[in-house]
Order: sequence, then C-alpha cells, then structure tokens
Amino acid sequence: MEVAQQELPAPTTKKETVEVSGSVALLEALIAEGTDTIFGYPGGAIMPIYDALYDYNEKLNHVLVRHEQGGIHAGQGYARTSGKVGVVFATSGPGATNLVTGLADAQIDSTPLVCITGQVFAHLLGTDAFQETDVINITTPVTKWNYQVTDANEIPEVIAKAFYIARSGRPGPVLIDITKNAQIQKFNFEGYTACNHIRSYRPKPIVRKQYIEEAAALINQAKKPFVLFGQGVILGSAEQEFKAFIEKAGIPSAWTILGVGAIPTDHPLNVGMLGMHGNYGPNVLTNECDVLIAIGMRFDDRVTGRLDKYAKQAKVIHLDIDPAEIDKNVQTTVPVWGDCKETLPLLTELVEAKQHTEWLAKFNDYTRQEVEAVIHNELNPSTEEMTMGEVVKVLNELTGGDAVIVTDVGQHQMVGCRYAKFNKTRSNVTSGGLGTMGFALPAAIGAKFGAQDRPVVAIIGDGGFQMTLQELGTIMQTGINVKIIILNNRFLGMVRQWQELFNERRYSFVDIQSPDFVRVASGYGIAGKSVNDRAELTSALEQMLNQDGSFLLEVMVTKENNVFPMVPQGCSVSEIRLK
Amino acid sequence: MTNLSTENKKVLPAGEDLGGAKQEFNITVYTENQIGLLNRIAIIFTRRKINIDSLNTSPSEIDSIHRFTIVINETEEVVRKLCRQIEKQVEVLKVYYHTNADVIWQEMALYKVSTNVIAEQVSVERLLRENGARAVVIRKDYTVFETTGHREETESLIRILQPYGLIEFVRSARVAIIKNSEGFNAKLREFERLEPGEDVIENEYLNQGQKVFTM
Repeated sequence: MEVAQQELPAPTTKKETVEVSGSVALLEALIAEGTDTIFGYPGGAIMPIYDALYDYNEKLNHVLVRHEQGGIHAGQGYARTSGKVGVVFATSGPGATNLVTGLADAQIDSTPLVCITGQVFAHLLGTDAFQETDVINITTPVTKWNYQVTDANEIPEVIAKAFYIARSGRPGPVLIDITKNAQIQKFNFEGYTACNHIRSYRPKPIVRKQYIEEAAALINQAKKPFVLFGQGVILGSAEQEFKAFIEKAGIPSAWTILGVGAIPTDHPLNVGMLGMHGNYGPNVLTNECDVLIAIGMRFDDRVTGRLDKYAKQAKVIHLDIDPAEIDKNVQTTVPVWGDCKETLPLLTELVEAKQHTEWLAKFNDYTRQEVEAVIHNELNPSTEEMTMGEVVKVLNELTGGDAVIVTDVGQHQMVGCRYAKFNKTRSNVTSGGLGTMGFALPAAIGAKFGAQDRPVVAIIGDGGFQMTLQELGTIMQTGINVKIIILNNRFLGMVRQWQELFNERRYSFVDIQSPDFVRVASGYGIAGKSVNDRAELTSALEQMLNQDGSFLLEVMVTKENNVFPMVPQGCSVSEIRLK
Repeated sequence: MTNLSTENKKVLPAGEDLGGAKQEFNITVYTENQIGLLNRIAIIFTRRKINIDSLNTSPSEIDSIHRFTIVINETEEVVRKLCRQIEKQVEVLKVYYHTNADVIWQEMALYKVSTNVIAEQVSVERLLRENGARAVVIRKDYTVFETTGHREETESLIRILQPYGLIEFVRSARVAIIKNSEGFNAKLREFERLEPGEDVIENEYLNQGQKVFTM
C-alpha cells in the first residue's frame, strides 16, 4: 500500500554523468527519496559515508543517537508518525547487530525502514576482520529484503529498490550492507531513478470482484456483523475509506493495538480494543457475531486467544494486502486480497446502508459492565495510591486526545492503549508484535521528528525506561521536545501480574529498583518532577505539557495493580475475566 | 517464542479438516538468481522446525531464473502456508506444491565398486543390468555405476551391492517435473518482460488437481 502522505519521487534522469563516490551516490539517493532525517551512529566501516554526510548537513538532518538500537527504534517512531520510510545508519559488526531487535520489531509490525550498515572491505569478507560480522545472514529472518553492496556502481539501483520494497505492499524493514571499498569507490553516477517495478515482487494482489461481491452478500445478510481493524487501515492510508464503510454498513468495529486511532476513540461505532487486555464486549461478542470482517490485521494469538474456540459460529471475511496472512491462523470464508484503500470503497458500494442498533447496544451493555467492574475503579480509584489509568485519564483531559502517545511494553502499555484518547490517525506508537521493552524512549524521539507540529508523550514503565535511558542524551543534544511519563510501580508489573495469577505469587526477579529518574534527567539537562500525591498530578502534567522542551514526569503508582479484563493464555476470548 | 512450529500446528481448528495426513510434497520454486536467497528460503522451514528431505536448485530453461525442487513430509495445510511464505519473498517468482502422484520424479545415484570384484563375479554384472545401472567410468581399481529412479530403487541397489564391497555411494536431490503443466514454459517466459501479463502477477497458486497457471 502506498502511503498517501508521501509522493513517490519523480524518476530523474540526468543526461550528464558525474564521477562521485559510492557514499555521495547513497546520500543523493536518500535525498531523491525524500529523506530528511537519518538516525545513526558512526564507526570504522561506515566512515566514508559519514565523511560525505559532513557536506550534506543542510539537506539531511543526522540525529546522533546513543546506541544503534535507539537509532532504529527512533527510525520506527519516525516512520509510524510521518508515514515515510525511516532511515538508519550503523557501522559494521556490533553496530549492525545492535539493529537486530529493531529490525525484528519493524518486521512484525510492518514498519517501513531502510537501514544502511557499513561493512569491512570486500576483500576482507570472511576473514574475521575487525568488526566484521555476517550481517546479511543475521538479518535475513528479520528483514523484508536485504542486500550486500560490494561495488559502488550498484548503489543507485539498490537504494531505489530498497525504498520501493520498504514502503510498498505490506511495508517492512530493508537492510543494505555496503562494504567500505564501495563507499569510497568513484564511479560514473548517471542520476537517480526511482524504482517502481521488480518482476519477481508483487506488492499488491489483484483485486477480485468476485470476492468483493461474496463479501458484500455476506455482510448484507448479517444480523450481527463485527469489524476487526488493524494497522493495515493506517498503513494503507485508508482511514476515510474505512470510516465510510463501517458507517454505511453500521457495523460495530474493534481495533487491534496497532490499529487504534484509525478512527477516533469517540466514534459511535468504535467499540474498543481486542485481545488479551482488550475490552469486554469485543472479546465476548467475537464468539457471538455472525459475520466477522477482519481488515488489515493478522489474528495475532494475543488477539484471538484459543483458536479452536475463536469465532467458530461466524463467517469470516478477511481483507489483507498480504496473501500469506489469509487463512494463516483463522480460516476465512471469503478472502479479500488487496490494498484496503482499493477494496473498501468497492465493498462500501455494494453493502446496504444499515444500522444494527440492537447489536450495537449489546456492545454498550458489555461496556457498562466493564465500566462498573474495572474501568471506573481504574480511572477514579478510591485508594490512596494512584493508578496508571488515572494518569492517562488526566492526560486525556489536558491534551484533548491530540497528542501522539508512545508506549513501551507491559502493564502501562495496555493501560495506555486502553484509556488514551485518539482523535487522529498515526497517533499511537507502540511495539505490538515483538513486545520490545526499551522501545518507547527512542521511538518517541523519532515520532517527534516525524510529527514536529504535534505533542509527543511517551508513557513508559520503570523497567522499560532503564533499558534505553541512554537516549536521554539524544534528547539533550538535539533539543527535541518529548514528554516522558514514567509510571513507576517498582515492579516489572506485567510479569509480576502473571506470577500473581498463575505462579502462586512467586515473585521471581520482578522486584526492580530504579535510580532517581528526575536526577538522571537533570544530569542530561532535562527538566523533571516526581509525584506521589494525587493532588499534584494534574498540575504536574500541566507543567510537563507546558514546559518549553522535554520533560520527565515520574508518577508513583500502586505497586500491585493488575490489568483487567484479561483473557488468560490458552483460554477462549469469551472466557475473558473482569477480575 | 521459538516453538513456532508447534504453535503453527496447534492453530489447526480441532474437528475440522486438518489438511490431511502427512505425506511427501514436492515444492517447486522459481526465483531470481540471487546470493542469499537459498538461505532466505531455507529458514522458512527451519524456523518451523521442518526438515527438508531433499533440495535441488539449478538454472531453469530461462536465463537468470532458477528452479528449486524441495521435498518435505508434511500435511497439505502446512505446505500451503509454507508456500505462501516462500512466495512472499521479494525474489521469488512463483511457488507450486504437488503430491508425488502429481509429478514424475527421479533421483540419480552413483555407486563405486571394485573392478576386480565385478570381473570375478559375473552375478554382479547381471544384478547391475537388472537394476538399470550403467557404467560411467571403468578403471583398473574401481568402476562407477549410475542409476536413476525413485528412492526405493536406488536404495535397493545399495543393498544388492553391499555384499560385493561397495566403496562409495552418493545420491542426488530429487528433480521433479509436473505432470499437468501445459504452457508452463511460455508463462515463465512472460516474466522476462518488464510489465508482466495479468495471469503472471496472480497471487494465488495452485491447489492440488488444478491446472498449472490456470489458478
């Protein structure tokens, strides 16, 4: 799916050829592809590229991160908020291996990235040279495509392919490994031509009218249709098409964690979140609907729970751009291959305008039960200690739902995604598929570079923050404005919750100590505050949001709070527990 | 997180079609000739802890396009999913899978035996002839025989030659040709064009019994 915000670069064909180095050709290619920001870290094997970059300071903004993992997560954050391809530089050996977590994260969450790694001279390949590592083979399972360049002449074409592959179809990370000799080598650069076709690569399946008609027929007969939507709607820039579809057909719609924000939180047909810590109604009613319409989502096990008890009563329509997702986990009745930006309008045309009032009321019934049993107490606790939910509630009140919310992984992530209000698309940045702790801080930096006119708030746990807190240095040096909320429960909360519920409270290595976060921030010249008292919460959040520049706010929350509802592992979605 | 293979199998809904019993499937993959692609394809199997029983890769009749023949023992359900994952790789043009009944297949085997033994024991020559073996090289010290056939056939000749001092044995991977593949070559040639025809860029592949490329 092409991302609408970005125009494909016009193919440029210069007549005259100029002799340039491979490094210069690379940077020219990046500029031609519309790159404005690079997240990177230099090192021996990528020095010629950095030397060339010295003269490109005005055209390419290079953000010096503190660790390559931070660099790639920042690239992901940038891609998620901007809709453009994130670009990351790293050197060979350890620089490249430090990218692996981010590549795996971007691969499973379909984030378009082009990562450039330096490599030892071609004649040293395979000799165990200093900082040599087999990057291509290490990264093969976690990239959509990768390629090693050993000759500068290949660079323009390979970079063109890299961008085309990263952003087209189901997006994903691409890694290009460039040996040092190719970076230095001078060659006749004939100008940059964007790639728009690779004969063995089919980014989009052909839309089949027959399936659209079959899907529409099923939807028109349905008494209890239910839509599940994922990030595919956002990646395909099909938010308007999606909204038009559900509004015409009047179908209650629930989101996966990466799909949130594709329609606003308060849209009347938005019935909430799916999955293990999703909302009550969407989970229970998955097993009651008669037609399940999955759009741009992949039936992750955290969404489906036990598969042999998942929506067995329903006819399943699956819209996806990736044919490998169809029937992978859930058997479909009608597969609708294609880019949902193209398939949704075709479907909308054929569906009858309807309102499933009674069916929608059922969701609202479950919402009422969930509010009574869980939500009310989470957002308005009667305890002295604060809850994670109330912090998010106050944040919603202050931002009005216009902020980009970046979350890390764990309890705060579930609470953040459940309760944060989103008015706009591309507002939620989180590590969904891989569940990478340490993702949020660097991703928030990248998210801000990708959406400079929007407030960016990172919500992070005390554990995850300590995994990548070195990136405070990147904030310090760039002066980027990122708001950081650490929800500190002095535990690795999600694991502790599981140990409480399933391991008889045997709290094995979840009791984590933290430094004085405010002083750590202060060491980096970042303002901060820690609050332990509810009376100070609103004013502290206001102070954070009004701060001219970054701010770290630590909120001490209940130590042993659990995230509910919960579909325990191995259980059916309809066995969701409210406590 | 690593036991995807079992997870993958568990996803099969109980009481429904489990994709049949395990049997040998021949997976045919057409690819670009690209360094690293073999690994990209192999890890699709290893990630799910599926053993590749036989793998052959060599240039196809079209310049720069390679053909893989991969044999695994799995259920059709698993094979279908594997094929989709393989076809998803950027440099893979096309993937098909077939049961043994849908293909004509051969493996080649070479047997090295002492020339003295053959010269002295007339029965050996007869046995070799009966098994369709032919001599490739005859030297003073040893002779190399070659035979092609199914696994059981090449296997049985090992057993026959064993008592006569088999020195060395080697068997190739399987090559298989699809019985029902009318127009296969012509369709493949379309990949050489820059803008491929509609059928060629189809995304589904064959189910068993359907004609190749009709999809």
